[in-house]
Amino acid sequence: MAPRRAAIAGIHEHPLRRAPGRSKLQLKAESAARALEDAGLTFADVDALYDAGETGPMSGITVAEHLGIEPTVLDTTSLGGSSYEFHAAHAARDIAAGRSNVALLTYGSTSKSEARAIGTGARSAPDPVPGLNMEIPYGLPLIGNYALVAQRHMHEYGTTPEQLAEIAVTTRAHALRNPEAVAGLRDIGLKNVDELTVDDVLGSRLVADPLHLLECCIVSDGGGAVVIVGENVVAGTRKPPVWILGSGEAVGYPGNTRDLTTSAGAVSGPPAFVEAGVRPEDIDIAMIYDSFTITVLTLLEDLGFAKKGEGGSYVEGGRLRWDRPGAPALNTDGGGLSSNHPGMRGIFLLIEATRQLRGESTSQVDGARLAVAHGNGGQLGTRHSAATVVLGRD
Amino acid sequence: MTVDAAVGPTSARPLPVLDEADTAPFWRACGEHRLTYQRHRDTGEVVFYPRGQHDPALETCDSAGLGTVYTFTVVRQHGHPFFRAHAPYTVAYVDLDEGFRLLTEIDAEPGTLRVGQRVELHWEDHDGTSVPIFRPAG
Repeated sequence: MAPRRAAIAGIHEHPLRRAPGRSKLQLKAESAARALEDAGLTFADVDALYDAGETGPMSGITVAEHLGIEPTVLDTTSLGGSSYEFHAAHAARDIAAGRSNVALLTYGSTSKSEARAIGTGARSAPDPVPGLNMEIPYGLPLIGNYALVAQRHMHEYGTTPEQLAEIAVTTRAHALRNPEAVAGLRDIGLKNVDELTVDDVLGSRLVADPLHLLECCIVSDGGGAVVIVGENVVAGTRKPPVWILGSGEAVGYPGNTRDLTTSAGAVSGPPAFVEAGVRPEDIDIAMIYDSFTITVLTLLEDLGFAKKGEGGSYVEGGRLRWDRPGAPALNTDGGGLSSNHPGMRGIFLLIEATRQLRGESTSQVDGARLAVAHGNGGQLGTRHSAATVVLGRD
Repeated sequence: MTVDAAVGPTSARPLPVLDEADTAPFWRACGEHRLTYQRHRDTGEVVFYPRGQHDPALETCDSAGLGTVYTFTVVRQHGHPFFRAHAPYTVAYVDLDEGFRLLTEIDAEPGTLRVGQRVELHWEDHDGTSVPIFRPAG
């Protein structure tokens, strides 16, 4: 097992999925205060700030000023939904290097209140980068981008729509055990907040073939915070530490020969497991970015839970439900598919993994010891980022 | 990300920025109905999207416009007025025979296209450039 130098000591997930009247900064500040309280620390203890910039440019300054903190380590790595796995990896690195002792990660989003159509939006880029400038005339929305991966996966490996649907069925089952997720689904106006069947998923309308509506994450408001501390601070914190045991980072982009069914997760995953000194089959909790069903299927393979092409059969029969032995439990908070997806949900992967390793989840896996949090940022079918973090309890 | 309030219901297909430094020559060539890609003179390596015009080892070549569908999706919902009216339409990665991969639209009846299908280049003319789209070959 890897040396234990940095641990998650405080977490908070803002309960609201609709937070009209609140700003992103307010959601961040509120979450930060609660996460520090959870750790038994205060704002004065924070000496490192990590921020993905959702409040605007130069967010390292904005957020520090708003929180009234004076960090001496600043990291504004902004890689979409995966930003927070990058932040956790960097915080552990900075703590191990002796640069900081108490790191704060925060997130706040008002996507729902702003009625942002993330998946199908008419996004305009006034100053596009070259790769994007090649694609502007073709109207490929975010969901369509992931659909390109799903179509190729089905073609190469015979993956079926039923197998992809299993992932949405499992995350909904987990969401229904999470009162905040259930309240959230109602608050954002979902008509059906019951268990889903594979038929329900496949009976929902196609948004971008082969992906159906119920294979897409919801759009919500949300916020959260994570406090990461050095081993010398752990003794004074309130909750059992959740150690950052290993991490890996990568990016992927189209190129001319890329196998679209393999993501940058295949590069970020192995070093994370090696550093942690564990194998995928040791993992109890798989917190895997579920923007869409195909994201999870691809990443389960890329991280080594299933062989490439066998993700479909791997997820069959509710295998990744919290109460099934023999495979990790997937996204036990309900995930982006059924709990919350304010746009960049990577922070919630760290939060739920921590709950599980503390024994605090609403779908608690008995004796959960090891978790992986894998963030996918950007768009899987074109340009994306990947960060894998392996977490373990004492 | 903002929706352009000036975009009306009869809006036209969004076009690339024609003065973007790396891709401007590509879109200029499209205006002449030439689908271009780059090739490294020494290694033969194919480069796409185009990178700069300052590397003397990179030569610009014309594609014959024939390729194979690598993957595709039928887009049924889009927030932009043009694409909302245009839906359902097919977006695909096409592997051109010369060795480069292009994201493009396939003008085909939704639901009829298959991965691996042969497609051929057509042009949709606009002010300042033409947009390469593909149709099933033959």
